[in-house]
Amino acid sequence: MSKDITNILVVGIGGQGVMTATEILAEAAIAMGHDVKKTEVAGMSQRGGVVSSHLRFGPRVLSPQIAPGSAHLLLGFEAAEALRWAGYLRPDGLVLTNTARIVPPIVNAGVFDYPEDPIGQIRALGLEVRAFDALSIARELGELRLGNTVMLGAIADHLPFAPEVLLESIVRRFQARKPQLVELNRRAFAAGRAAVVEAMA
Amino acid sequence: MSAVMPAPAASRVLFSGNEAVARAVWECGVKVAAAYPGTPATEMLEVVATYPDIYAEWSVNEKVSLEVALGASMAGSRAFCAMKHVGMNVASDCLMTMTLTGVVGGLVIAVADDVGMSSSQNEQDSRFWGRFAHVPVLEPADSQEAYDMARYAFQLSEEYQVPVILRMTARICHVKGMVTVGERIEHQAAGFTKDAARWVMVPGHAKRRLPLMHQREQALRQLSEQTPFNVLEPGADRRVGFITSGPAYMHVREAFPEAPVLKLGLSYPWPLAKAYELEERVDAVVVVEETEPLLETELKAAGIAAIGKTFLPRMGELAPEVLAPAVERLLRKESAPEPEGAVTQPVFPRPPTLCASCPHMGVYYTLSQLRNLIISGDIGCYTLGAGHPWNSLDSCICMGASMGVALGLDKGRGEADKNKRVVAVIGDSTFMHMGMQGLLDITYNRGNVTILLLDNRAVGMTGGQNNPANGRDIHGMPAPRIDFRKLCEALGVKPERIHEVDPYELPTLFKLLREETKVDDVSVIITNRPCALVQDFKPMQPYFVQEDKCTGCGNCVEIGCPAIHVTRRESAVKPSGKTVDLAFTRIDTAACTGCGLCVQPCAPEAIQHARPGLVSIVRK
Repeated sequence: MSKDITNILVVGIGGQGVMTATEILAEAAIAMGHDVKKTEVAGMSQRGGVVSSHLRFGPRVLSPQIAPGSAHLLLGFEAAEALRWAGYLRPDGLVLTNTARIVPPIVNAGVFDYPEDPIGQIRALGLEVRAFDALSIARELGELRLGNTVMLGAIADHLPFAPEVLLESIVRRFQARKPQLVELNRRAFAAGRAAVVEAMA
Repeated sequence: MSAVMPAPAASRVLFSGNEAVARAVWECGVKVAAAYPGTPATEMLEVVATYPDIYAEWSVNEKVSLEVALGASMAGSRAFCAMKHVGMNVASDCLMTMTLTGVVGGLVIAVADDVGMSSSQNEQDSRFWGRFAHVPVLEPADSQEAYDMARYAFQLSEEYQVPVILRMTARICHVKGMVTVGERIEHQAAGFTKDAARWVMVPGHAKRRLPLMHQREQALRQLSEQTPFNVLEPGADRRVGFITSGPAYMHVREAFPEAPVLKLGLSYPWPLAKAYELEERVDAVVVVEETEPLLETELKAAGIAAIGKTFLPRMGELAPEVLAPAVERLLRKESAPEPEGAVTQPVFPRPPTLCASCPHMGVYYTLSQLRNLIISGDIGCYTLGAGHPWNSLDSCICMGASMGVALGLDKGRGEADKNKRVVAVIGDSTFMHMGMQGLLDITYNRGNVTILLLDNRAVGMTGGQNNPANGRDIHGMPAPRIDFRKLCEALGVKPERIHEVDPYELPTLFKLLREETKVDDVSVIITNRPCALVQDFKPMQPYFVQEDKCTGCGNCVEIGCPAIHVTRRESAVKPSGKTVDLAFTRIDTAACTGCGLCVQPCAPEAIQHARPGLVSIVRK
């Protein structure tokens, strides 16, 4: 794997907005002049299945896929999903994850168990984790759908470019479609950044 | 989707492979574009439809879409057709003769292989069609190439009067990368020229076209040596030289930056002289191809000691983490590789589920309550009925197979199945795609099958595309809407054996299914609720579980709704001394859209409407 490529893995379940979040991260990388490749498996994943979205950027990206053990950052939209994909991180990589637990019907049916402490399990693998409750933060801001922006805020201080570049990508999206939501998204972004600092303390 | 302003020429855009192809189709002045939705190909036509000045359609199946494209090409217009790999199985009847007539206006067929099978019933290698039909195959390795090659494909098609296959894979269709786009060029239709010897393929005419087809293939073979899409890239590490195409090229370059590589863009016919040149430069020639050992076999036949599938996996993607260790083992002269261990952590599986308020849930819950059924299924969201908690689907083969398989199960039944009833489950789109003929076969041959026609007014699994069942065209504009009752009657089902039912009304559905499966005749039960993801679906007031009333019977869990969650489990001893497992539940009101399916099996009436005024969040 090339040394000057940044690998970010964004994971969650279908319908959570994983693909959109990755797209916004990609737009920020493009704004910085990087070559970008982004890949995921869609199709059946929109029916509540697993979604893992790979983002690679740098001077020139060849394969779009992040090899296991080579991701710099793992952004988890759901706790068990962050655990599932933890093996994709480099030993010095960082996990930023929502603590939300989304239990699928197969677990409710009693066929499988949801892990007791997925975040503890990631830590047990020797990885650094910052966990936060993005949904509660969004709820406090009065709009559940702000969860995605909270997630992006969480990763903003760990990118190889300034957090403002990512914020700008978010603002650009809303300015075009729903300008009345720009201010709320700025607050959600700031709250995501703060949540990660808090999780470190 | 409505028309949008296309990005100006020379701008750099983040495009998926599908979006890149759609842009090229527009730039090339294509007049007619047709497809049936199918992952990973769907977005090509979806995006083409957003460009101005192109006639775009959702066809009822891939064969029809290719015929539409051929007709447009015969009229002298440029035409485009897109399909998933299995779509070509259906369309190939047209392809295999169209290769004899050739084309007039450039005709490009984008075929998308689901390598790794994320959303398909099989994994097949569409490069075979190039050999089978003697037509050229172009294989892009990223979005920019998908754009460049799609543009080139129209030119190639016209120059050699040949349909061109643009072979995509999921890792091209759905990967986004930067693309520099160009100008649109108008293309004028030459007009249809009557020429029976060319367009009427009776044996006498076809025999005269066969030699032309073979000459054309020879000419393309020579082109393959010169085209800039086939490049021999030098490299300092001479231990291994690679021959590769499509996304595998990027994986090879990633894993072996110093190796010589023969990159095939026009991968059929492939350049023999270039392959010899590579062989002379390196110690070993390794072929990296997804998925079949096609080039490998042909290289070996040409006398090149190519190594490929004896040590590389024969299925799935050849990502760098698969490729690098395999080649390392080869260099160390070790035997065939061990299968790779799992790279993910052991966490419960999260299979796709039916959505909250999905009308199929009512159908599968009911089927799971009935005994002595053999349920012949089909391709669509309702294939999920084979999973938990319903376990009520016994087969899924290919588009429309529920019909023929059901008749075969009926006619072929042995003594052991004498009391079993045969049920076929098929969706509206699949029925129109390839199921109608099967139903005619059932009625004509006096089969005894109960058919559940799940009309949810959309192509659900691929994202709710429009079809004749909802009466909207690809742009969302009004179009003639099919009447399934009349259609089934016309296909020979007795009017009294055709029923329309609300799949949210469980007792009615149960009664009807029990009655119709008892009748020795063909019955059709049409369910009439729309897919929960399309605009026809109107969310209703959500429900919640009154904790003090819930007895933990777990009946609601059996519906299989993703909005119902178990909060705690207990064991209880009944007066009879029998131990039962209890599951107390809650409803995620933010996800509930109020279909009321779970309310019906709840004996203690613990499931009530959530407080008035509470509106559910509906995700598109």
